[in-house]
Amino acid sequence: MEYHLKTPLQKEEILKLDIGDVIYLTGTILTARDEAHARILELTEKQEELPFDLEGAVIYHCGPLVQKKNEKWEVIAAGPTTSARMSKMTPLLLKNYNVSALIGKGGMDGVTDTLKGKCAYLAFTGGCAALAAENIKNVTNVHWPDLGMPEAVWELEVENFGPLVVGIDAKCNDLFSEIEEKAGKVVAGLR
Amino acid sequence: MQGNISYDDVVFSVADILKRSETSLPHDVINALRTAKANESSPVAREQLEAILKNIDIASRKNIPICQDTGILIFFVDIGREARLDFNLEEAIAEGVRLATEKIPLRPNAVDPISRNNSGNNIGDGIPDIKYDLTEGNGIKITVAPKGAGSENMSTLKMLNPTETGEIRRFVLETVLKAGGKPCPPIVVGVGIGGSFDKAARLAKLALLEDTGKMDELERSILDDINSLGIGPMGLGGDTTALAVHVKKAFCHTASLPVAVNIQCWANRHASVTLGDGE
Repeated sequence: MEYHLKTPLQKEEILKLDIGDVIYLTGTILTARDEAHARILELTEKQEELPFDLEGAVIYHCGPLVQKKNEKWEVIAAGPTTSARMSKMTPLLLKNYNVSALIGKGGMDGVTDTLKGKCAYLAFTGGCAALAAENIKNVTNVHWPDLGMPEAVWELEVENFGPLVVGIDAKCNDLFSEIEEKAGKVVAGLR
Repeated sequence: MQGNISYDDVVFSVADILKRSETSLPHDVINALRTAKANESSPVAREQLEAILKNIDIASRKNIPICQDTGILIFFVDIGREARLDFNLEEAIAEGVRLATEKIPLRPNAVDPISRNNSGNNIGDGIPDIKYDLTEGNGIKITVAPKGAGSENMSTLKMLNPTETGEIRRFVLETVLKAGGKPCPPIVVGVGIGGSFDKAARLAKLALLEDTGKMDELERSILDDINSLGIGPMGLGGDTTALAVHVKKAFCHTASLPVAVNIQCWANRHASVTLGDGE
């Protein structure tokens, strides 16, 4: 199935998604990778407020290449980064915040239970940063610039952002593990 | 003694090959991606390859980087033994990097390994990484290969036992299996066999610069095995897990068998320039 969805995503919209479905997303997304995840969890532990709202948010595993033109940030290139690096920090993140979707590449390890009933993992084609930038219309904010350009949290306005393939749905199905399991059997069978 | 190659020549040529390598791919890589799309039987995989080809087109049309991970910058410099340089070559290359980072622009990726502080200009202790080789003539050939972290992080090195030559293929396949969709397949696989701990890794990296379409029988047979895994573009399943396998060998100690597998994403970026030759 192919869906054109708008943020904030509704719970029913998340629950109907199956692995392999293709999505084009319009609305607001927040970039967050290694250092931003670590800081979110650090502040959460200290019970301090975050400078952005993660309720119903879509998190994009991405360290964009941006440039300031006439006092305004412009996205030059912004493809997904390897989501697996965020695997260990994601369960605690989703326990504390109702994030509705994660966008990244390459899949994640051991998060199907964490995502169950609330969140979908969407895969954007890795390396397709120029294509992604075409569908990012605006930078609405940047948080934690002290983390450096790739690690800061960028609030992006996107239009028909995709194609995003549902890699892990909210029903414990994981397309990546299914494929890796099959591949593992092939390797085991080779001489 | 006056040099036959100037500081400015190097600075601007380095900035130029950086621009070329970051915004466009070598023809052999694009051809391999097109062939993969034509032969791919999975619709999901075809869509991924379509997105990749569209992305390459946008980047080259708009003169912007193909991928936001503009990589850590690795240089291979062949210096003709008759070339005369009256300046510090390393400083000139670094200046080219600084210029390119600002002008193209490139994402600042170089950080201190422990504090993780970003230098902001892709320059730091030991970075850019420059490997020098001595050749004939009076020219210098500079090649840049920007290397993204997604694929570099999935690379492996193993010191096998000398009697385990039969295990080399399995080690390559296990590396590709473990990498799954993380290194942005379809990948190019560079294999370095022999030498020493570090030489094997360098051979594997050099293997990535080889022409994608030119493989010998061994390389093709490893490629066929890799593509039988069905990992596919981005790990979403399909016939195209790798575009090419390239193997480079060196003699090694009779008691050693180092094997390095360097994984490269589909954006196999590299570009070269030759300065001063023939003058």
